[in-house]
Amino acid sequence: MQVTSQTFKSNASVALRDAALQRALKNLKAGFPGKRAAAIAKLPEFDQLRDAGRDLKNHVLEHLDFYLERFEAKVIEQGGQVHWARDAAEARQIVLDICRSVAARRVTKGKSMISEEIGLNEFLEAHGIQPVETDLGEYIIQLRHEHPSHIIAPAIHLNRDQVADAFHAHHGPYGFTERNENPRALMNEARQVLRQQFLSADVGITGANFCIAETGTTVIVTNEGNGDLTQILPRVHIALASIEKMVPTLEDVSTLTRLLTRSATGQEITVYTTFSSGPRRVEDLDGPEQFHVVLLDNGRSGMLGGEFQDMLRCIRCSACMNHCPVYGAIGGHAYGWVYPGPMGSVLTPQLVGIDAAGQLPNASTFCGRCEEVCPMRIPLPKMMRHWREREFERHLSPAAVRFGLGAWAFFAKRPRLYRIVAGVGAWLLRRLGSRKGRIERLPLAGGWTAWRDLPAPQGRTFQQQWAARQGARS
Amino acid sequence: MSATLSCPHKPRVGLFVTCLVDVFRPTVGFAAVKLLEDAGCTVEVPAAQTCCGQPAYNSGDRADARDLARQVIAAFEDFDYVVVPSGSCGGTIKRHYPHLFDGDPAWQTRAERLSAKTFELVSFLTDVLGVERVIARYPDTVTYHDSCSGLRELGIKSQPRRLLATVADLDLREMAESEVCCGFGGTFCVKYPELSNRMVSEKAAHIQTSEAGTLLAGDLGCLLNMAGKLQREGAAIKVRHIAEVLAGMTDIPAIGEPD
Repeated sequence: MQVTSQTFKSNASVALRDAALQRALKNLKAGFPGKRAAAIAKLPEFDQLRDAGRDLKNHVLEHLDFYLERFEAKVIEQGGQVHWARDAAEARQIVLDICRSVAARRVTKGKSMISEEIGLNEFLEAHGIQPVETDLGEYIIQLRHEHPSHIIAPAIHLNRDQVADAFHAHHGPYGFTERNENPRALMNEARQVLRQQFLSADVGITGANFCIAETGTTVIVTNEGNGDLTQILPRVHIALASIEKMVPTLEDVSTLTRLLTRSATGQEITVYTTFSSGPRRVEDLDGPEQFHVVLLDNGRSGMLGGEFQDMLRCIRCSACMNHCPVYGAIGGHAYGWVYPGPMGSVLTPQLVGIDAAGQLPNASTFCGRCEEVCPMRIPLPKMMRHWREREFERHLSPAAVRFGLGAWAFFAKRPRLYRIVAGVGAWLLRRLGSRKGRIERLPLAGGWTAWRDLPAPQGRTFQQQWAARQGARS
Repeated sequence: MSATLSCPHKPRVGLFVTCLVDVFRPTVGFAAVKLLEDAGCTVEVPAAQTCCGQPAYNSGDRADARDLARQVIAAFEDFDYVVVPSGSCGGTIKRHYPHLFDGDPAWQTRAERLSAKTFELVSFLTDVLGVERVIARYPDTVTYHDSCSGLRELGIKSQPRRLLATVADLDLREMAESEVCCGFGGTFCVKYPELSNRMVSEKAAHIQTSEAGTLLAGDLGCLLNMAGKLQREGAAIKVRHIAEVLAGMTDIPAIGEPD
């Protein structure tokens, strides 16, 4: 996927003017936060659970090598295979090789952000294999040749009429010639079209919310049932997971799932929680003949032991973006890569480089809502600040910003001089705004006055008045 | 005003005015002095203060942020308490200074000591001094915006509302989403003006829907942002720092109003 994070500012500008997107974002803000709050209100021990989740993942990250190897051994023990991918290119190639080994022509896919991260669909298509997204949201955006704008609700940027248009444009060959806007009818349409795909797919690819080291199991947490059909019906099941998805035991999955679903959709548990342990056994009624797990690093091991390690606790619930006022204003596409919102603003610079994604950690007021709702207690603002520090150290921040900051710091570090300059500044601004009490246009402050007035200072600075008052007292 | 002091002697408080209050709204500083003196404190204002360093800190300029933090620490570490009429600057000193000196144990210890005795004004009055009521009158309906740093870094939520409830003739009317950021964000508002504008526009809409006559908050940055937006839109809502109302210093024009 092409990275467009460099142009975040203009992406955001376009998004703010996109009426359809703005309508869709209103629905998001009206939905997720309220559902999360209601679910958490019913679970008084939620904060203790967050502590437990944080500690659990910290433990895993401290011993990641151990759990990865244990997981691999257990998968092999059950007749499955584990493939190690250093980067996106390796992961894509591994998947392609598996597909070719069974002469696959069509693969069905459950929702997987790792698949987006490695750009799998485009790659498979280029090699003559047809990937079919089966999660409803993913399916819709695949028809529209788009990427997800949200990590759990990939088509959240769309409205019903846009879905109706997409189905109408593509479902004719399946016998659906009428344009339909009724949500239930649209869903039935998708279900019937996808059912044919499920039955004719050679390989099924899913993501993994967790990988259990104790049992060699991958777990997906879903609501539509498409994940199960994706991984059970074809001959081969490939689970894509990044290395930090490890958890030690089955019991740990229960801890994290309780956090995940409440933080994501406000559900106590999702409709399906599916555990995959190896290929079909002799006594099994169904299941794939082959079970592969592709474990992707793609820069994550470089985060271990550093200031971004905490980010590897992320369980991809989306609470941070659902509560982020910036995400809420522009949606996910403006962020310019796979992971949007606050978690993306921390992760994207690591995965595609700070040169390309430097805008993202800057586009935050540090309001702290993301950290407040993060079930894994990831200090997201702190890590965005770390990226800004890296940027500053490498002189990547814009020259105007560096100059302004330097000039301001020069005075701020010299209190006597600062008092004089502040006094002059206050006097000047006061003069400019004396008639109305505010300034409507100010040179060099167009970013402010283009949109709002600047209230004028009261006159003399506090320090000037205080000094006069102390002088009068003594 | 009744005040239950937690320490036997008269606490010696250093007032960190903040750079915005110093230049834009000195009244907030004098209101803070009055509230602190009424509560039995001796207030001093060190001349060697400028800014807490937050703009540098949040821009990734750790070196300048550290220099300014050292300046603040040196100027204020001898006081019993440091009080700041801003959750944002207060949060920087209290929550961020210690981390700023990771790897520098001597300064880190001094930063931690300062952190422990630094408080945002309203939090200091209520949580430390135990002030339960103020003698003030403000005959208007008001709505209160929870500024992000005060709310999330310092846990300031009920304290301002408790004190406002004791202001005579004041009627508090909560706006929708009072805990959502106003879009100021320090340098954010000029680095991403369009995004900032969207956020403050939504905030202004919630403020207007509350039908309050006055908007209050505890941070001047947010207040300048919201006042500027409300006035650009022609809304007849007065904007004040909460300290002005609590101290009864409301005979001067509201923020952005002419004399």
